[in-house]
Amino acid sequence: MLRVFWCLLARDLRLALRRRTDVLTTLFFFIIVVSLFPLGVGSERQLLQLLGPGVVWVAALLASMLALERLFAADHEDGTLEQLLLTGQPLALLVLAKISAHWLLTGLPLVLIAPLAGMQYHLTGTAIGVMMLALLLGTPVLSLIGAIGAALTLGVRGGGILLSLLILPLYVPVLVYGAGAVEVSAVDLADIRPYLNLLGAFLLAALILAPVAAAAALRISLE
Amino acid sequence: MTLNWFKFASPASFYPLAGRLIPLFWSLTVALVLVGLYWGFFQTTDHLGGSNPQKEYYRIIFVHVPAAWMSMWLYLVMVVWAAIGLVFNTRLSFMMAKAIAPTGAIFTFLALWTGAFWGRPSWGTYWDWDPRLTSELVLFFLYIGYMALHAAIDDIRRADRAAALLALVGLVMVPVIYWSINCPDPNQCAALHQRSNLTRIDGNILFSMLTMTLGLWMYSFATSLTRLRGLILERESEAQWVRELIEHGEKQR
Repeated sequence: MLRVFWCLLARDLRLALRRRTDVLTTLFFFIIVVSLFPLGVGSERQLLQLLGPGVVWVAALLASMLALERLFAADHEDGTLEQLLLTGQPLALLVLAKISAHWLLTGLPLVLIAPLAGMQYHLTGTAIGVMMLALLLGTPVLSLIGAIGAALTLGVRGGGILLSLLILPLYVPVLVYGAGAVEVSAVDLADIRPYLNLLGAFLLAALILAPVAAAAALRISLE
Repeated sequence: MTLNWFKFASPASFYPLAGRLIPLFWSLTVALVLVGLYWGFFQTTDHLGGSNPQKEYYRIIFVHVPAAWMSMWLYLVMVVWAAIGLVFNTRLSFMMAKAIAPTGAIFTFLALWTGAFWGRPSWGTYWDWDPRLTSELVLFFLYIGYMALHAAIDDIRRADRAAALLALVGLVMVPVIYWSINCPDPNQCAALHQRSNLTRIDGNILFSMLTMTLGLWMYSFATSLTRLRGLILERESEAQWVRELIEHGEKQR
């Protein structure tokens, strides 16, 4: 069963790395959104330090949401998805493999590029470290929850806009605690533990529940 | 006489039953809301607002709190029908869930709207990012998402099931909304709403609030059933009984 997981994961990664622009588009979208805010609100140092964590998180939310459309779309178009449904392997496991590949391609780069965004907003070294940690725990949750929405809106007209309407409200807790951790770290580093604990709890809960829900959604969309 | 509940799981037999129930629910709605509002406006004068005319605005509570309760309850009811539909694959349950959604969204909006009018004189602001307000707004988005997903999918069977699954997923937010006001430790949550505690509310106010809540429940039944009848006719339009109904009118049945 684990072999199926690795096989699908490797396949998705290989496919994506042969079309690198898809991965890079998400990354540059993130960087552009983050860079636009100082141009809009002014480049005052204190203001940017205040806004930084929230802006980076919202940009990460939007970037990972925009990439979600592609999670199942290509496989749906060429019929691979239907074959996966027929393999007799647990669909939730296959979905989890696809989500993992998706996170490695869109979530992880955001985590790695976050220090750059942090520096644009004059965040301190510790704040940047906390932000990376929070993003590392939070972005997988975004991919996991988003997969449910992506499966539900598969092949629906206006899917992209609809997807954001369905998924963004569910992202709220991650945004609140993710940005909260960075804000709190400016006051006292010891206070960030509950925030990270909660993000970790979200991750574990999503890891268990989201693949099952996404698999059920795929079954509904493809029947 | 033994009552066969499954008889009414069929749209054809539920349609006339709903038609008989709707006037009943409407009259209960009018009666309860009139009593609740009368009691709230005229029988509670010497409490809270009575001595200080500027505080009369607290009477918004008789609409605000029942509407907020209903917004949460209706989501739960909608999810229950959606889940029954997913498990037993019954058409009527999906229609029921779909019929409830707009009423729930309206109550959520009403709670936010009356809350804004209450917040302005008491907190000095129409809107604040208090956890309760934020989570109620998220609930509103959940209703909108449910309706949008249903409307976007043309195949009715898929639309029903996809929207039902979305409603189930959204259920994770309901405890968040509930505990955002009944926070276990008040020092941990900076909120403008105080903890709700029904035992500490004055009897007259509580009576009026509960009567209003019952009235709004009846209103929800009435509107959902009316909407459900419309949905049944729309979806069963090819069925024999619907054609007969349209030809002969409802009275002859």
